[in-house]
Amino acid sequence: MNPVNYLYLAALLFTIGAAGVLIRRNAIVVFMCVELMLNACNLAFVTFSRMHGNLDGQIIAFFTMVVAAAEVVVGLAIIVSVFRARHSASVDDASLMKL
Amino acid sequence: MSANLAAYATSSGEAFQFWVLGTVAVAGALATILMKKAMHSALSLAGTMIVLAVFYLANGAYFLGIVQIVVYTGAIMMLFLFIVMLVGVTAADSLKETIKGQRWWAAACGLGFGILLIAGIGQASLTEFAGLGAANAAHGGNVEGLAALIFTKYVFAFEITGALLITAAVGAMVLTHRERTERARTQRELSEQRVREGKHLPPLPAPGVYARHNAVDIAGLLPDGTPSELTVISTLRKRGQVRDVSTEAMADLKALEQRSEERLGRDRDEEEATR
Amino acid sequence: MENLIALLVGAPLLGAAVLLCGGRRLDKSGHWLGTLLAAVSFFIGLALFADMLGKGAEDRAMHQRLFTWISVDGFQADIAFQLDQLSMTFVLLITGVGTLIHVYSIGYMEHDERRRRFFGYLNLFVAAMLLLVLADNFLLLYFGWEGVGLASYLLIGFWQHKPTAATAAKKAFLVNRVGDMGLSIAIMLMFTTFGTFAFGPVFAATDEASEGKLTAIGLMLLLAACGKSAQVPLQSWLGDAMEGPTPVSALIHAATMVTAGVYLIVRSADIFNAAPDAQLVVTVVGAVTLLFGAIVGCAKDDIKKALAGSTMSQIGYMILAAGLGPIGYAFAIMHLVTHGFFKAGLFLGAGSVMHGMNDEVDMRRYGGLRKYMPVTFATFGLGYLAIIGFPGLSGFFSKDKIIEAAFAKGGTEGWILGSVTLLGAAITAYYMTRVMLMTFFGEKRWQPDAEGHAPHPHESPKSMTIPMVLLAFGSVFAGAFFGIGDRFVAWLEPVTNFEHGHPPISAGAITGATVAVMVIGVGIAYLQYGRRPVPVVAPRGSLLTRAARRDLLQDDFNHAVFVTGGTHLTRSLVYVDHTLVDGVVNGTAASVGGLSGRLRKLQNGYARTYAVSMFGGTAVLIAATLLMRAV
Repeated sequence: MNPVNYLYLAALLFTIGAAGVLIRRNAIVVFMCVELMLNACNLAFVTFSRMHGNLDGQIIAFFTMVVAAAEVVVGLAIIVSVFRARHSASVDDASLMKL
Repeated sequence: MSANLAAYATSSGEAFQFWVLGTVAVAGALATILMKKAMHSALSLAGTMIVLAVFYLANGAYFLGIVQIVVYTGAIMMLFLFIVMLVGVTAADSLKETIKGQRWWAAACGLGFGILLIAGIGQASLTEFAGLGAANAAHGGNVEGLAALIFTKYVFAFEITGALLITAAVGAMVLTHRERTERARTQRELSEQRVREGKHLPPLPAPGVYARHNAVDIAGLLPDGTPSELTVISTLRKRGQVRDVSTEAMADLKALEQRSEERLGRDRDEEEATR
Repeated sequence: MENLIALLVGAPLLGAAVLLCGGRRLDKSGHWLGTLLAAVSFFIGLALFADMLGKGAEDRAMHQRLFTWISVDGFQADIAFQLDQLSMTFVLLITGVGTLIHVYSIGYMEHDERRRRFFGYLNLFVAAMLLLVLADNFLLLYFGWEGVGLASYLLIGFWQHKPTAATAAKKAFLVNRVGDMGLSIAIMLMFTTFGTFAFGPVFAATDEASEGKLTAIGLMLLLAACGKSAQVPLQSWLGDAMEGPTPVSALIHAATMVTAGVYLIVRSADIFNAAPDAQLVVTVVGAVTLLFGAIVGCAKDDIKKALAGSTMSQIGYMILAAGLGPIGYAFAIMHLVTHGFFKAGLFLGAGSVMHGMNDEVDMRRYGGLRKYMPVTFATFGLGYLAIIGFPGLSGFFSKDKIIEAAFAKGGTEGWILGSVTLLGAAITAYYMTRVMLMTFFGEKRWQPDAEGHAPHPHESPKSMTIPMVLLAFGSVFAGAFFGIGDRFVAWLEPVTNFEHGHPPISAGAITGATVAVMVIGVGIAYLQYGRRPVPVVAPRGSLLTRAARRDLLQDDFNHAVFVTGGTHLTRSLVYVDHTLVDGVVNGTAASVGGLSGRLRKLQNGYARTYAVSMFGGTAVLIAATLLMRAV
């Protein structure tokens, strides 16, 4: 098997994650889909690392994880405070930015 | 394992592993976006992440594979589960679309995006794989190699991410913390207020019915046998998670009476028989 | 000697500057300074004239270039003067008559507390008028032209506390603007056609320009002349301009400024000679104004307005003569000079009468003044004889020549123009006789003025009578001096290229006819005003009389056509502005607003919709990247 298949898998997972962002209303699930997309990217980075024979790709994936952790912390905090204020975790309910 | 990583093709064992676990990963991803309950989505995602961790390991990224399991699956996904619990574990999402045309647009964009991405990868004709054997061996292992890079070439980015994490932690606290703008009222003041408003002076009745149903989600029964909402905590009331066992209790009572009646009748019969 | 030319302009200009900026401390002596500087200018003119006479006829033109005024690439205007025979004539007329009128004003304005300012304005006028006639290019001429317009405006409205005077000044200014517009357009046309507007190069290049362009320039110059010289259709301001002090009427609105149009046409002779159509229009304008002014002059009871009508009419003669071409230029200027004498004299006489009659201007309230004002009567009478063309006096020589030249135009035009000038001569005799009889003869019709003071007619002081006497002297002898032996024609010959006209009938017959119509006019007037008492209140009169009293409805015409028409035009423009322009503007705004209102719907507030657009955009970017790689 050619390791490029990992890339195809990554692309597939990324697209699935993106579709999830688009169709789900629950903010937590939307967040999970974003995490799925990030993981797909990480898989691609790791695969590239193997392809080029150096560790830089893994470093990027590592940083991605760190940033994802930070993002999750802040994002979930936002969801909690929105839930507290509106008793809803639906992204469609928070649609006040319009006329 | 690292030494076995071939340049152009993987071992048949890895191929087998890829096809089996890859299927699992895709299935987990699809389950993530299609499950109605957030809890199920989170669990499916955790599964996919574990599969990805295995793939990292297979690709020679041992450190990342372990971190994926420990940090991502272990910490971040658990954080998700906490939040799901906090927001409401039993509330199922409706998958019915409310925004007009959203689903069609999403499908069109997703298909177009995926096809383009895959076509792009296919066009790139990536056949040369250097393998990580040399790179991992250079510093005596994968972890040492990463460490060498992080603390030399990427040390600045590393410091910055440290700052980012601290900022994120502070940010989360700021976002979820509610500043108290006035002095907390003492218990005495609260009780005085209750008396003044004429509201329910004694403590609220406890939930549960007899010794059989003393769970917190079961409303206690009033003397006439109807359940009292007051006995259940407001969170469960709001979620609609109150179990009603009043009819059950009445049925039990009826059965008990009947049984006692039967027993009494039998005793009377025996009495009469002896007499 | 050339270096003195600038002093001609400089002396009165200095006077104007000193008098207007000098403040009250000059109140006592200002009039003397103004008069002195005007006289200085006159004597410099005399010196230059003497110098000029000492040279051959062709060498007499002098030039003085002071400095470059405007210098841009391909465009140069100089402050430069040209003094030739034509300019010399004007210089002597302006400074001579001007000085006399300065002297007269000393007496006339004695009781006016703003006399210093009056003399400042008079000096300003003399300077501007000299600049006008001395300029060697059209731009500098235009500068002087506007300068005299300004002075005229200031002097007509000198008694600005009277609403009529203020309005008259404004009217004169506005009507003159129309003419000035013509002059500026003519100068622009000259620049585009010839690339310059200096006299020499322009006149030398007239052969190269197309006749159409020359006609256009000529007509624009004529428009300018009409404005300044009160010719039909821009004549309406002159009658009202009589609101100014009488010396002003005499100097500016009779003798000098109003003749600037004639000067302009004669100066531009080369242009008009090459544009016969423009020339024809000039003669028509002259002929029409000649009759127009004469008819108006017959109906007016205000002595100054009657004289103003006469001025219009006499300038009509000059314009007509100037339109005749080389056969008429010299006569136009000759009549201009003689007219300058006798009309200034008549106005000063009128001023003298008013001075003695508590500023009464209505001739119906005069009568029998010859005994009370003998000097005024004598000088006015001589001016009267001169203007009606009494044989031997100035008007006789100059007007007769114009009538001859009109006949000499030839063909039907010649007959028509000749007849008009003859008719004009008859009417001139009529209305001047009327003025004479109503003022100095008949019984007394004096009325007390508004404050109840009965008039005590008396002869004016010496400072007023001496100029009148001098002007009367000119009125009597100037014509004979100029006319006999064609002296004046010969003097102007280098400028005007005189040609002898050949009238279809003999000159003697024309002279006879002129004298005959003059006698007829005098006779009719005598029958009407000498034999019968003059009513104090004007009779209703015929339709023509009433129309003539209203200046032949010129103001009504202007009001109906220009004021009402202009109002309607602006109203319709406002309407167009409100509907079309505002409609387009508001429509654009409304359509943009509507479009953005629709676009706003895309902004539905749903984060997922925005995510779709982001995702779609990413897909498009990938597609574009792949496409670029494939290409």
